[in-house]
Amino acid sequence: MIDMDRPMGRTPLDRPGGLVGQGLDRIDGKLKVTGRAPYAYEYRFDRPAYGFLVLSTIARGRIQDIDTASVEQAAGVILILTHRNMPKQAPNSPRTAPQLVDDRIAFRGQPIALVVADSFENARAASYLVKVRYVAEMGAHDLAAAQGSAIIPPPRNGSSPDTSKGDVDAALAAAPVKIEATYRTPAQTHAMMEPHATIAVWNGERLVLCNANQNVSRGAATVAATLQIPRENVRVISRYVGGGFGAKLAVQADAILAAVAARMIRRPIKLALTRPQVFPATTHRSDTIQRLRLAADRDGTLLAVAHESWSDNAPGENSYEGAAQATRNIYATPNLLTAHRLVHLDLPVSAAMRAPGEAVGLLALECAMDELAVALEIDPIELRIRNEPRVDPQRGTPFSTRMLVPCMRKGAELFGWSRRSTRTGQVRDGEWLVGMGMAAAIRGNPMLPAAAKVALGPDGMLVVSSSMTDIGTGSYTILAQIAADLLGLPIHRVAMRLGDSDLPPTPGSGGSFGANSAGSAVYDACMNLRGKLIAKAGFDAGTRFIAGRLESGGRSATIEEVVGSATISADGAADPGQSRKTFTQESFGAHFAEVGVNEVTGEIRLRRMLGVFAAGRILNGKTARSQAIGGMVFGVGAALMEAIVTDVRDGSFVNDNLAEYHVAVHADIPAIDAVFLPELDPHSSAMKSKGIGELGICGAGASVANAVYNATGIRIRDYPLTLDKILDAWSRETMPEQRSEVGSVGRT
Amino acid sequence: MTSDDRPLFPLTRRQALEAGAALAILGRAGPAMARDVPVAGTAPPESGAPAMTVRLTVNGVAEDLTLDTRTTLLDALREHIGLTGSKKGCDHGQCGACTVLLNGRRINSCLTLAVMHDGDSITTIEGLAKGDALHPMQAAFIHRDGFQCGYCTPGQICSAVGMLAEQAAGWPSLVTENLTTRPGLTDVEIRERMSGNICRCSAYPNIVAAIRDASRETL
Amino acid sequence: MKPFTYERPESAADAVRAVATKPGAKFIAGGTNLLDLMKLEVETPTHLVDVNRLPLGEVADTSDGGLRIGALVRNSDLAAHPRVRRDYGVLSRALLAGASGQLRNKATTAGNLLQRTRCYYFYDVTKPCNKRDPGSGCSAIGGFNRIHAILGGSDDCIATHPSDMAVAMRALDARVETIRPDGSAETVPLAEFYRLPGSTPSEENALRPGQMIVAVTLPPPPAGVQIYRKVRDRASYAFALVSVAAIVQTVGGRMRSARLAFGGVAPQPWRVPAAEAVLDGAPAGTPAFGAAADAALQGGRGCGHNDFKLPLLKRTLTAVLATATRTT
Repeated sequence: MIDMDRPMGRTPLDRPGGLVGQGLDRIDGKLKVTGRAPYAYEYRFDRPAYGFLVLSTIARGRIQDIDTASVEQAAGVILILTHRNMPKQAPNSPRTAPQLVDDRIAFRGQPIALVVADSFENARAASYLVKVRYVAEMGAHDLAAAQGSAIIPPPRNGSSPDTSKGDVDAALAAAPVKIEATYRTPAQTHAMMEPHATIAVWNGERLVLCNANQNVSRGAATVAATLQIPRENVRVISRYVGGGFGAKLAVQADAILAAVAARMIRRPIKLALTRPQVFPATTHRSDTIQRLRLAADRDGTLLAVAHESWSDNAPGENSYEGAAQATRNIYATPNLLTAHRLVHLDLPVSAAMRAPGEAVGLLALECAMDELAVALEIDPIELRIRNEPRVDPQRGTPFSTRMLVPCMRKGAELFGWSRRSTRTGQVRDGEWLVGMGMAAAIRGNPMLPAAAKVALGPDGMLVVSSSMTDIGTGSYTILAQIAADLLGLPIHRVAMRLGDSDLPPTPGSGGSFGANSAGSAVYDACMNLRGKLIAKAGFDAGTRFIAGRLESGGRSATIEEVVGSATISADGAADPGQSRKTFTQESFGAHFAEVGVNEVTGEIRLRRMLGVFAAGRILNGKTARSQAIGGMVFGVGAALMEAIVTDVRDGSFVNDNLAEYHVAVHADIPAIDAVFLPELDPHSSAMKSKGIGELGICGAGASVANAVYNATGIRIRDYPLTLDKILDAWSRETMPEQRSEVGSVGRT
Repeated sequence: MTSDDRPLFPLTRRQALEAGAALAILGRAGPAMARDVPVAGTAPPESGAPAMTVRLTVNGVAEDLTLDTRTTLLDALREHIGLTGSKKGCDHGQCGACTVLLNGRRINSCLTLAVMHDGDSITTIEGLAKGDALHPMQAAFIHRDGFQCGYCTPGQICSAVGMLAEQAAGWPSLVTENLTTRPGLTDVEIRERMSGNICRCSAYPNIVAAIRDASRETL
Repeated sequence: MKPFTYERPESAADAVRAVATKPGAKFIAGGTNLLDLMKLEVETPTHLVDVNRLPLGEVADTSDGGLRIGALVRNSDLAAHPRVRRDYGVLSRALLAGASGQLRNKATTAGNLLQRTRCYYFYDVTKPCNKRDPGSGCSAIGGFNRIHAILGGSDDCIATHPSDMAVAMRALDARVETIRPDGSAETVPLAEFYRLPGSTPSEENALRPGQMIVAVTLPPPPAGVQIYRKVRDRASYAFALVSVAAIVQTVGGRMRSARLAFGGVAPQPWRVPAAEAVLDGAPAGTPAFGAAADAALQGGRGCGHNDFKLPLLKRTLTAVLATATRTT
């Protein structure tokens, strides 16, 4: 058992020249580029039936009647499932996900029926025949309008929604320089390329779900608890996942309904959500309203920071967007206030999306810091350096490692920050006003309990098993690198078995905890296996595993010789222990962006971008860079184009498709790069690595918004920064070069 | 050995024989797909809408299918022929994950009906490699890490192959400065021409690098 | 998608007869818009007449030096056609600004002209929409209308026409050749092809049931500089917020002729003769450009979220005219 109560000492991974750290090609690459990697909907079973969801068309009220007569008569229809014939399920709780519970409608787009037919085409057509009569009630769908009804949400994972240190109000009143600004971020959709999908197959009492899922261990437990069947009778398979970003952390309606219906009709069922269904019927990131108040001395020393955030969720859902969480850790200040408020609206369920909290929180905080730098006439990097804390500003704990300043300095050097004009609107390239911006990146570095198993066969092949998933993060590859390194095997002698809830449990992929958790478990299993091999060989504890051999002193044996005729296996487990209590654990970075703003149209286009990050040991330089760039592009989208639009009249998501919900396309992303600074964090995990799946998005959008300000002098506080907002600012001026403010602001 | 496309349930001997037979009848070359039971064949739905027969040549193999008229080319490939490499990301031509080559040209297979393609020749991601030898574009995507989750990848690769053919034929793009001269293959050109393929993992810079690499090999 | 029967006729005469005689029948060509809408049951044909294999895929010079474009010429082929690139650059650019490479390989000339609006509420069959369901109301007026019309809309519909190609063709004075179900031919100037929504937004164009577009003809290439400029929310693969097609001839610092058409702002490709008249003979410069823009925007009004299109159109047109007159 690895637990992080104490820092890791020297480990075999510290040996130079190992596989860990190398930018190996993904080991699942060949399957993916040849189309042979099977995603959830792509396993073949005999005579599958096809499901299609029906969603509510009111946002609040109840179902008076569902007329299914014409559906039952429709071609090919086998079953229609509604709340009236839904078998008994466990009540709703954090551990269950019951569907079609009763006649209540809590949001527009809530699943209210499942149509099952002999073909996809028949199921889809029949779904349009379902006639529903509702008793509709007035709903609330607008965060700003309902802000006054906000509640203080319950604590989450032991973390209070509010923190307070010192006296922010007094400090603000006395400070010579202050910024007060309200930022707004819109609702966003994960938009992973693979929509939620399930195949449900019963084998007697045993249920197999091929399900697009980031966390199959929890998924199987949820399904078992919901259906009230033994956990060991549920197996969730998710070997390849077409992106997640949080959307597939919890099982959704497709898994439960496919499982129930497949049992009823004694046939496998395939059920995928359509893209327009994904928007309301699964989860999304809440919109936020964030009030920032910063106070500083004339030399830039922060005297007070207050960050208050409002977000919304569906009735009964108490999860809130933790936008102000990073504000607790990032800058030194004697007076610090953070607060989260939750408004219950009659809208679809809000939940985690890539870097929940930081992703939108830093869109506000890191722009407010830019505003403060402008007010102080201090370089934004210098302002941040002057407020670098020695210990966690809220908790008082030391940071395990903290490389924000080196990241900013390295980025400034590589990006050519010194060429930035400190005055706005000074640089032109034809019709384009050009500006540079920067922002800091910070993201929590969690770890959760995880398990793994390794088995070495007589053929010398090492099989690594874990319920860990690879959602594009590179889990297959980095776990194989860890295992190969520790056993001294070439990578092709490691076979990975992931994404199966029958394998040793892990928390899966999410929250940047995947590599720390599953990786440490694999590390532990491999170390235990080494112990068994050493004992079997009769070698001493100093035995080295190199090039397929055990070597100790003058003695040497091949792995196969030691294994002999029977497979030797070992279990591994890892636990975060106390390290996250004794140390504040965060990954850090700095973003640098250059944008052009078209002085005719107000169009904003990214010109180039750089992220410099420090996140402990980088397990695979190639996949790590890809993840960082991917996060940065997510941030560019958040800054410039992404927004779910709610029709506040009826609580519907208006732009529920990929033509009108804009994510960045190839043409939006020019030269962009990510660099990692060397770092080891012995307090983080067995590998001394930190999570990187979300760090790239944190602060990325703010650097873009700050670049827009630098280009134009316009500070837009209402994301995304679309051209209409630029034009609106210009329309209030006589000349585009002059300053303008969009959004509410008070500045002294 | 790292691939994990094993069947979920071990095949019985009878099933294995049938699977082999089904593959033999279909005459498909190359490695078998992960299949938990033999391909059910190409049976039409048990009831319902008008069905029609259609012959598609997919990756050089003739496929005689009886299909609901509503079946898209994408669903015919995925659900009826068992070629699941082409992906359904939006089903509305808004993401590009379903891109295949129709008589050599890239199209969105989700926005066309299978019955409209009687006699047509379709190349999917499964048809690009020659046996075990990857197409240069596939190899370049691996080397440059032009993907993460892999779900848009078959569409990106098929689109890139089609795009290079278009560029080689001298087709302009929106960013081609002079419409009457032959366009080059700058990164800006690649990005504009590939913009119909969304990658939410945002491997865009790596995809552009892969295409640049592959273009040198294939031209 | 509701069930439908399907046929692939051998001749145009058979095709129009099939659609005219079978209730609920529709032509299908590229399918990139029709199938999109059928999946959502915005369109529910009961019979599809596949015209893809009719011999309507040629681009040919006309005797007067113009160009005749077959109805089935794919957008990508048309954009890449040597004569289009040389003589009708505005059309090539407009085509290349639209959709994606994959979609352009499928989409046809006729289908592009006939594509339906991208109005969110038209696409959502659970919402009122006078265009989709006459008399049900307009959800966009009073709803989210950022992409909607500032010109030519009515109290019943403010949807825009989404085509880029049609905007260029409008500036080029294209004519639409059709055949009627009885086999007779009818040619309609593109200027008269589209209908304003008025109180009947479901009636979008001059085609009668069963009438089929067979070609689009362009007059001989006009003199002057041709420009197509599209403004949108992302750098590619997005519909126009505003687009401008301009063909401007400048001699000795004065504009001799100007043709302007606008996309993304109206229920149809929008052209304002008065705006062109302002430019005719005027010295190239900001006063004339601004006056033309004001004339183009005559009667324009926003509905809230789309108010920005008024200044955006003016700014874009002004810049396009500046570029067009500077180049010569």
